[in-house]
Amino acid sequence: MLLLIIKRMANAIFVILAVSLLAFTIFKFLGDPVQLMLNPQATQQERDLLTERLGLNDPVPVQFAKFVFNAARGEFGMSYRNQMPVMEVIAERFPATFELVLVSSIMALVIGLPLGVFAAIRGGTVMARVFHLISMIGVSVPAFVIGIMLILVFSIELKWLPAFGRGKVVDLGFWTTGFLTPSGRAALVMPSISLALFQISFIMRLVTAEMLEVLRTDFIRFAKARGLKARAIYFRHGLRNCMMPVVTMTGMLIGDLIAFTLVTEIVFQWPGMGFLFVQSVQYVDIPVMAAYLMIVCCIFITINLIVDLIYVVVDPRVDQLVRGGGNGH
Amino acid sequence: MVAWRSAALAAALAGVLIAPANAGTLRWAPQRDIVSMDPYSFGDTFTLSVLNHVYEGLVRYDDKLQIEPALAESWEVINPTTWRFHLRKGVKYHDGADFTADDVLASLKRVSDPTSPLRGNVPSYVSSSKVDDYTVDIIVTENYPLLLNDLTNIHIFDQGWLVANKAEAPTDVAKGVEGYATSHANGTGPFKFISRKPDAETVFEVNPNWWDTRKHNVDRIVMTPITSAATRVAALISGEIDFTNQAPLQDIPRLEASSDLKVLSNSELRTIFFVMNQTPKAFESDVTDKNPLQDIKVRQALYHAIDADAIQKVVMAGLSRTTGSLVSPAIPGYVPELDKRLSYDPELAKKLLAEAGYPDGFSFSFLCRNTEFVNEEQICQAVSAMWARIGLRPNLNLGPTTIQDAKFDAGQFDVGTLGWANEPMIDSYSILVQVVHSKTGNAGVFNWGGWKDAEIDALIDKAGATVDRDERLAMQAKALLRANELSMFIPVHQQPMAWATGANIESVLQLSDNKPRHWLTRMAE
Repeated sequence: MLLLIIKRMANAIFVILAVSLLAFTIFKFLGDPVQLMLNPQATQQERDLLTERLGLNDPVPVQFAKFVFNAARGEFGMSYRNQMPVMEVIAERFPATFELVLVSSIMALVIGLPLGVFAAIRGGTVMARVFHLISMIGVSVPAFVIGIMLILVFSIELKWLPAFGRGKVVDLGFWTTGFLTPSGRAALVMPSISLALFQISFIMRLVTAEMLEVLRTDFIRFAKARGLKARAIYFRHGLRNCMMPVVTMTGMLIGDLIAFTLVTEIVFQWPGMGFLFVQSVQYVDIPVMAAYLMIVCCIFITINLIVDLIYVVVDPRVDQLVRGGGNGH
Repeated sequence: MVAWRSAALAAALAGVLIAPANAGTLRWAPQRDIVSMDPYSFGDTFTLSVLNHVYEGLVRYDDKLQIEPALAESWEVINPTTWRFHLRKGVKYHDGADFTADDVLASLKRVSDPTSPLRGNVPSYVSSSKVDDYTVDIIVTENYPLLLNDLTNIHIFDQGWLVANKAEAPTDVAKGVEGYATSHANGTGPFKFISRKPDAETVFEVNPNWWDTRKHNVDRIVMTPITSAATRVAALISGEIDFTNQAPLQDIPRLEASSDLKVLSNSELRTIFFVMNQTPKAFESDVTDKNPLQDIKVRQALYHAIDADAIQKVVMAGLSRTTGSLVSPAIPGYVPELDKRLSYDPELAKKLLAEAGYPDGFSFSFLCRNTEFVNEEQICQAVSAMWARIGLRPNLNLGPTTIQDAKFDAGQFDVGTLGWANEPMIDSYSILVQVVHSKTGNAGVFNWGGWKDAEIDALIDKAGATVDRDERLAMQAKALLRANELSMFIPVHQQPMAWATGANIESVLQLSDNKPRHWLTRMAE
């Protein structure tokens, strides 16, 4: 397992470098931050001076080299828009996104898994069909539409839930949490549902498909023949054997969620990292965008690593494979 | 099951969640957040207008956009380069410190620092000196007429506070100089700064010791930006916010239909117009040997082809002010003669094109943004169709502001849009020196078309050194009229602004500079 980790870490460095180089090439096409930073009344001389001072006249490779050199020392510079150190700006937003993603992922698993199993076991029933239909909607309707519909129903018509923001948050010093106050929890409901609906549907469909596959295999038939209880057959033997793709996909989905909560965050004015990123693009806030991409890249790598480790737990054969001591696979 | 469970949860908590507003708390949702608490950090008009609730300048605009005393009680011009300001006595900062001449000197020093992004807001500033504790002399370049306009936007810090928090120099993103003032504030204004979470919530509380008579009854302002238009409207209808200074135009009928809500709309200072590139060869056209836009007949043909009333009715929902002038009537330098448009006459336009030698029209690039001005994308699409009707072939190029503006700056366009509000100066000198004046020295930064007219340049230069207001404005009007004569630009309209208020708000003052002034807001008791 240690070998696996070391291998992954080595890969990670190359991936991060590649991503940041790509990012820097893209920034070149984003336009000019100076235009937004200065007043319309500023003279050409003042504009040129600021461009020079920000190092925007340097060729892209030089800018990139400077960035990598500084990033290696943990220096990401200052946000053009917020006038604060970039890491501080991002650290401030991370808890909001993390809590949203956490709740959505838990929802996705807690709801998606049982529904998937149910749909597989009770294939023909009306209930299973209803779930199937809902999952179709969940997969095909984009999150922002769901978000706006939820706002329409629960904020405008029923006035139950707040349409925007995080509610009251409790500051723990290193972390701000919305879990500890009623308004914070209420604010989480709609964004996390609109974010989770796709995941719930996706996991449910995946589990259903895998379960149907597994239930057809011989060992399930033998288990039935041995007279095991239905619950044991479905959950201990059936479900466990279709967990591999589910774990992989959940890992990928969590990564996706952290990286791409932007739509949901914009709809609900959720002060997280996705929202920050969209604002940064609009303001050509290069330091924030660069740091954001690096961080998201690291998160993806970490999640993939964790997924690999979970494989080993779920299916011990993987560890053997990595060590190269195969049994002739 | 999920939905049911959360609904039950929501129902259980309903009473707590969307609580009715506390009396005296104004919940305000702008479309975007301010960038910083530091008024010298970023040249952004909206940020300055919000910070004006906390900080004040030596002078300010009254409810008719005329300059009136604020922290300075009176002033006089001692000689062509020296202005003397007599400061208001007994003014206290929110932390209790007294307002004196030293504060003015420290603030002017900070804002005029070479690294200050707001250096351009005091273009004429040379130096300042203290006469006594309540008298300051400001030295400017000779005969500079607009110092008072500039000073409306120079918020005055407390010197002691700046020194104690090592914030005497402006923040500098290039060098990574962070500022205490970015996230803290200590002004003299009607509201005290309480707390701030960027992009989420900024809170202000009434300053009971404000020097001016309190006309408002707002005890607390909670500002929560909401970027998504649909969500902002939802929050207003569901009563979660009381006020927005950006009501989406397309939702105005819906907002007006709601009995609790009021919409305030008007045209603002910003005029939208088309710029035509004057390079010897067109940038992207099937006419390759010259530039058709250098011919006044072609420019007039483009003008005559635009049905401005249709734009006003269809694209702007009847809320814009169709204009022939480059500046709004509220901007000094405006004269009614400016407002005459060339008629909408496609036949005449075709004739003019034929006379100019383009009976079959020509193609050109048409550069527009999709995020900057109100409905800019739709305006450009409509006008493209109108130009196509007289045989022209515009290639519409749409994109975000930062990208398109870089292209404008590099001259990579034939025709494009520009909007000018004359902020923060509120004087037509702003558009004249930045947009109409030729690119010489510090002038003409936004003269994207590359115009160079000796007569206009001379008028603007002279106006910039004329202290007498009437004389100066006459020259500026003359320069604007000449720009119209030459059809240098094609004005479209003064764009609309729309605010909306909920049941808790009795009245807000909306001026054409589109800045909320909550020290004049009345809430329902």
